[in-house]
Amino acid sequence: MSANAVSQAAAPLEPPVPTKKPVKTTGLHIGEAGPGCAKVDPILVVDNVRRTFGGLTAVDVAHLEVPRGAITALIGPNGAGKTTLFNLLTGFDKPNDGKWTFDGRSLAGVPAYKVARMGQIRTFQLTKALGLLTVMDNMLLGAKGQTGENMFRALMPFLWRNQEEENRAKALDLLTRFKLETKKNDYAASLSGGQRKLLEMARALMSDPTLVMLDEPMAGVNPALTQSLLDHILNLKSQGMTVLFVEHDMHMVRHIADWVIVMAEGKVVAEGDPHEVMQNPAVIDAYLGQHHDEDIGVDPDTETEHVSAIKELLDDER
Amino acid sequence: MKSTLTAQRYLPRMLVILFVTLLAALSMATFSAGSAHADEVGTEYGFTLSGNVKFNGEALDGVAIAVKGNGYTADTVTDAAGKWAIGVPEKGTYEVTLDEQTLPKGVVVAKGGNVIDTEFGLTDRKSVNFFLGEGTRNTVSFFDQFVNRFVNGLNFGLLLALAAIGLSLIFGTTGLSNFAHAEMITLGALMTLVFSVNLGLPIWLAILIAIALSGALGYGLDAVIWKPLRRKGVAVIPLMIVSIGLSLALRYLYQYFFGGSTSQLPGSGMTDLKFGPISLSPIDLASMGISIVVLLAVAFFLLRTRIGKATRAVSDNPSLASASGIDVDNVIRIVWVVGAALAGLSGVLWAYFRPGVSWDMGFQILLLVFAAVTLGGLGTAFGALVGSLIVGLFVELSTLWLPSDMKVVGALVILILVLLFRPQGILGRKERIG
Amino acid sequence: MDWGAIFSNAAVELISPTTAAYALAALGLAVHFGYTGLLNFGQAGFMALGAYGYAISILTFGFPVWGAFLVGVGASVIFALILGIPTLRLRADYLAIVTIAAAEIVRLLFTTNTYASVTGSANGLSGYKNEFAALNPLADGTYGFGPFTNNAYDTWLRIVAWSIVILAALLVWQIMRSPWGRVIKGIREDEDAVRALGKNVYAYKMQSLIFGGVLGTIAGMIFALPRAVVPSNYQTTLTFFIYAILLLGGAATVLGPIIGSMIFWVLLSFFSGFVARAVEAGWLPFMTSIQGGQLRFILVGVAIMLIVIFRPQGVFGNKKELAFVR
Ligand SMILES: Nc1ncnc2c1ncn2[C@@H]1O[C@H](COP(=O)(O)OP(=O)(O)O)[C@@H](O)[C@H]1O
Ligand SMILES: [Mg+2]
Repeated sequence: MSANAVSQAAAPLEPPVPTKKPVKTTGLHIGEAGPGCAKVDPILVVDNVRRTFGGLTAVDVAHLEVPRGAITALIGPNGAGKTTLFNLLTGFDKPNDGKWTFDGRSLAGVPAYKVARMGQIRTFQLTKALGLLTVMDNMLLGAKGQTGENMFRALMPFLWRNQEEENRAKALDLLTRFKLETKKNDYAASLSGGQRKLLEMARALMSDPTLVMLDEPMAGVNPALTQSLLDHILNLKSQGMTVLFVEHDMHMVRHIADWVIVMAEGKVVAEGDPHEVMQNPAVIDAYLGQHHDEDIGVDPDTETEHVSAIKELLDDER
Repeated sequence: MKSTLTAQRYLPRMLVILFVTLLAALSMATFSAGSAHADEVGTEYGFTLSGNVKFNGEALDGVAIAVKGNGYTADTVTDAAGKWAIGVPEKGTYEVTLDEQTLPKGVVVAKGGNVIDTEFGLTDRKSVNFFLGEGTRNTVSFFDQFVNRFVNGLNFGLLLALAAIGLSLIFGTTGLSNFAHAEMITLGALMTLVFSVNLGLPIWLAILIAIALSGALGYGLDAVIWKPLRRKGVAVIPLMIVSIGLSLALRYLYQYFFGGSTSQLPGSGMTDLKFGPISLSPIDLASMGISIVVLLAVAFFLLRTRIGKATRAVSDNPSLASASGIDVDNVIRIVWVVGAALAGLSGVLWAYFRPGVSWDMGFQILLLVFAAVTLGGLGTAFGALVGSLIVGLFVELSTLWLPSDMKVVGALVILILVLLFRPQGILGRKERIG
Repeated sequence: MDWGAIFSNAAVELISPTTAAYALAALGLAVHFGYTGLLNFGQAGFMALGAYGYAISILTFGFPVWGAFLVGVGASVIFALILGIPTLRLRADYLAIVTIAAAEIVRLLFTTNTYASVTGSANGLSGYKNEFAALNPLADGTYGFGPFTNNAYDTWLRIVAWSIVILAALLVWQIMRSPWGRVIKGIREDEDAVRALGKNVYAYKMQSLIFGGVLGTIAGMIFALPRAVVPSNYQTTLTFFIYAILLLGGAATVLGPIIGSMIFWVLLSFFSGFVARAVEAGWLPFMTSIQGGQLRFILVGVAIMLIVIFRPQGVFGNKKELAFVR
């Protein structure tokens, strides 16, 4: 513990350095990189999805394709509509209009639980660990197709005991990978914020998803854990899963993302390779724009956040 | 594929609508139980309610009288001398109803209505008399009835709104669904009774004192119970259950001190005035006037004053409001005082509308107040107003079609139907996800 | 003061059918509220459907006991569906109000004079006990000991009532430790999270509503067997008392509702016995015996408040395991 503190103090403000340099997937798009550009093998295709709250248009995406088998980052200033887009794509919210397909199947009007069963699993910006369930029970909830989840079969344990054991073994394996195995019998409420994020991600993996959508997986996670989170995300790709994640930390985006989508005021304003997209004036505008036309009530917190985001954007990779 | 999807989505709604229609149809198909009655029923019991139905000194024969209460009902008709008697199993409070349809043409119940709540005194007999007068009730056209019910419904809706706005503001600012609001309604009526009838003060003064005491109760409850619990960080559902306990304790405390009887406030038997088809007593007129003035004042308070705006801000987003320098605790205190005072006033008006003051009168309309608030959208003050008017009108108008002992059913069915199509209520907003 | 009578009257309540009925209704509510987080305030409506379903089937249609039982259960399943379809998508507080409203609708429909020929309106129904008594295998005579001495019918009723309670408790215990129970508890914690894991939350909530509701319905039948069915027994206050019992015992426990019901009834009987005799003996000169009866309801209300504030997990709940549903 103290050794850890010392090493952290010795390297202040240093962004976490990956243990190994991630292998980037390239050649994902067709033609010129830009908002809505076509992908070689899209897993998710979005068309004219629009969502308004009263007079506010939170999301208005004309066309968007998410490449399969890659890690795609979704970035944009606060209030850009990233979470709302996640909610729409996963069936947690209904758009005013528009359609979208996952793996070639239309998802418009499909309820959230069916979307999840198709293999498109999400996590939430504010963690939703199930506090008064044990860590193990949290994990087991993630498993698909459980016989014992039927009300009547639940009363006959011999029908589901074997499956339960298999799931338990799988959960233990995942927990070990996420370094949570010692906590397996604790209530999830007793975990730290970062551990809950890890648990939520591990739980999502119990169902062997094809597309994992992570809403700000790194937010609020202590720096000691971010590295392992990054490694886990990279691992997902190496296991053949597609990852779409929302993140504010540009260093991390640059390290692990193969493709970046930039949203501002509900629209996709830029897309491209993580290094090139940062040079795009539209992106810099997106982060600055908010303040140019807002002359009242500048919140000092968001201001510094945006300024540092822009600094990071313009920063070259070390 | 697409059609099955939509069918799936609408099937539940259609099921519910089907059920509700069925219910409505059922309730209209009255089982007419037209058996012949002797002039005295329930003689096997030791206690008797009796009366004498006369108009201008002349006995009226064959007038139907019904008694209901303490899980017992019975009915009879008057004999040639205009007398009736009904035996009841126990001493207690009973509701005696005179069926106006059975009065001769041109005769109506003039004062106090055709339903009287009565309670046994020391003896085993209790006489109940109706005041008859000339009138044309039997020949009212449907349109006239409609207009009359409509005005009554408006009156009822306005008094509900007084209670509902307080409930809604408390919900909006603290997240509490306050079941003890019923007892704040009752307190207004009880205190008016104490200060006007028992202590002999003029009615307007008694009402003002009662409203002040209701406000004080709101202040006291916030200071002693709700504020400490908020400090402790108790979640909203436990808070709600605490309010249920409080409601129970207060209600039986009232019964402990005031007994189970129903008493009348001064002036509640005033004769109706006629405005074309509309018959209203001066009290009804005053009640509507007071409600409208007070509701306008509340609207002004919420829309124009600093503290009112702060109240709406807290209702909208408490953490944001407190971050922007609003003293949330102070706002909540004011909301409790204002909400309780409004509930007290609503109780006074409800005592005149029913008519009568009793220990559980607030609890009797609590569900309607909740229905109004929910219909309008939890936590929105103006939603509560809209919801109250809808509920009030619906309760009164439904008596045109439904038997009057089912008038509440209609309003509650409407509540469920509205939530089916607009889960967030009429003026409410959806919650955020993620 | 006759302490012996006070204690033995209180002891009678320990295993009375009414205690069993409240325990079972509270167990149903534990499924709804304690395990699933559904704020059902309409348990009195489920109980009324059980009582009336049973009584009407026997009196009006001449059904056998098992047929009447099935009618009651069927009615409550339909009621749960009708209640659940519009409300299970709503926020918890909306659900509370809609369930109260629905239970009141049920009670008012049983009270109205419109259907008096079937429901007996405000008088209610009686005279449906013979069919159940005819199934009694016990010979006439008295059974039991001390305060628990009863005639054959009352003993038979107690045996059946408590067997059902025990059976239901085992059922709830078993199902709550299955994967189904895990999903149910997950929904209590955060239904969006469970939805995101591919579970049909709506269907699970509906199953829970039906399951707990059927327990409440059977409780209504047990409640009706020692007395008449009177609509005023099924007011919202009944639901509040059952919540008091649930909170007393612990909301997410199997034994809590049962022990809670026993404590509730024994204490209530002890207290009324004591106050009634104290008033008689002139110990409480400021109180009439009627007021004594009201005093206990005041105390129930105060007790609900105190438990929720100071011991939210109930007498038996484990503080760590469940304080409350948020
Ligand atoms: N349920 C809602 N009601 C009203 N406005 C909303 C709701 N959800 C999101 N918004 C608004 O939509 C915009 C986009 O929000 P969000 O998707 O959370 O942004 P991001 O995740 O990119 O920070 C914001 O202006 C937000 O205030
Ligand atoms: Mg977001």
